[in-house]
Amino acid sequence: MTVGRALFQLLVFPGLLYAVPVAWLMLWMERKLTARLQGRIGPPFYQPFFDFVKLLAKRPLPRPPLQALAMSALPVLAVAGTLGALALLPVFPHSGGFTGDLVLLVALLEIPPLCAVLAGFVSRSIYGELGATREAVLSIAYSLPFLAALVALAAAANSLSLSVISQQAMWQVRLPALLALALCLPVKLRVNPFSVANAEQEIYAGATTEFEGPRLALWELAHGLEWVALTGLWAVLAFPAANAAWPLRAVVFVAISLALVLVLAAVAAATARLKLAQAARVYWLWGSALGVLAMVVAVVWP
Amino acid sequence: MRLIDSLVRTSRRRSPWLFHLNAGSCNGCDIELVACLTPRYDVEQLGIRLEGSPRHADIIVVSGPVTRTTRAALETVYAQVPDPKVVVALGSCPASCNVFAGSPTVEGPLDRILPVDVYVPGCPPRPDAIIAGIAEAIALLAEGGHA
Ligand code: SF4
Repeated sequence: MTVGRALFQLLVFPGLLYAVPVAWLMLWMERKLTARLQGRIGPPFYQPFFDFVKLLAKRPLPRPPLQALAMSALPVLAVAGTLGALALLPVFPHSGGFTGDLVLLVALLEIPPLCAVLAGFVSRSIYGELGATREAVLSIAYSLPFLAALVALAAAANSLSLSVISQQAMWQVRLPALLALALCLPVKLRVNPFSVANAEQEIYAGATTEFEGPRLALWELAHGLEWVALTGLWAVLAFPAANAAWPLRAVVFVAISLALVLVLAAVAAATARLKLAQAARVYWLWGSALGVLAMVVAVVWP
Repeated sequence: MRLIDSLVRTSRRRSPWLFHLNAGSCNGCDIELVACLTPRYDVEQLGIRLEGSPRHADIIVVSGPVTRTTRAALETVYAQVPDPKVVVALGSCPASCNVFAGSPTVEGPLDRILPVDVYVPGCPPRPDAIIAGIAEAIALLAEGGHA
């Protein structure tokens, strides 16, 4: 991958220039669809943008210096990690990527949950700590199916390069792997039925309870970018057509991502929150079953 | 600079987040405030959100006559809300102590403890009146609150 190409992917598509507006769009779609399903009108489409600007313009509260530093650095790190993960998505194969970018992608996608756990503890609030603990438990639970699915895909394509995987993994492996990944999306995005980590109305906002103003704005942005990155990863893996022209690939990539947001939001609006143990069991049992199935097929199929 | 200023002002007007604090209210006002979120009134279309954490809030909505036990919590919460912020007194209780006036356990009315920006009278006020009061608070917030 050339430097120019890498910069383009980081800053333009599917990076910064594309991801930030689409992150706001996805946050809005989720809220709007929930509102419509509840018989309400819901917020106008510019809502997440104005929320972001308003939070940025609030004056931060005085805090002890070290805590202030940690509480500002963690959301920045979460935003940066997610942007890096986005830049690795092989929307246009053949021209980008390198061997091993799958490993880097997994590592970068793990940064926001890790930052959230640290943020909960560093904020020294009981609700933040509760949220952080739950987040940590859940991330252990969903990591198993998530990683199993990605490892199965890598084994099927016999490569650690994302663009090769998205092109060459067989459908027998891809199908269970995609299902396992789809199962991991709601918990990674903290929406119902797996929203126990930020459990609105129960532990306030979980790990971000104590964050105010600009720091909270960055968390919201990181959350939106996570939507773009995770639905984007799924879209890339679900649409392998190697010969499609690049405009078509881009359009299909965006369309699958947005459709996935609608599905996730509808599921979230239709379900109630599961308890921590129940949510963890879903991932250990059903998630792992799908992941192991994908893995077995990848190894056994000639 | 002018552009940024007007952008900030617009965004404050479009995204006011509330924190609701019950300072010894009879729960009548609280129910009416929550009614504003229901499909009939749906204040989310104005960008209004009821937040669980005072750190996230712009507007503090206080109901109740401020009892002795809630006073400290009220002062803490007020300090936890980042500037700019606006205080709304919900119902007759925080305005005048209402039927609780003269009670030895009541330290209100609210303006003895916090600077109140908007009063929403009524016992309890209708959701329409609450929304009108919050709209007034939003206009103050856009201009930078009272801080
Ligand atoms: S104003 Fe009336 S309804 Fe509201 S808290 Fe006071 S007594 Fe209750």
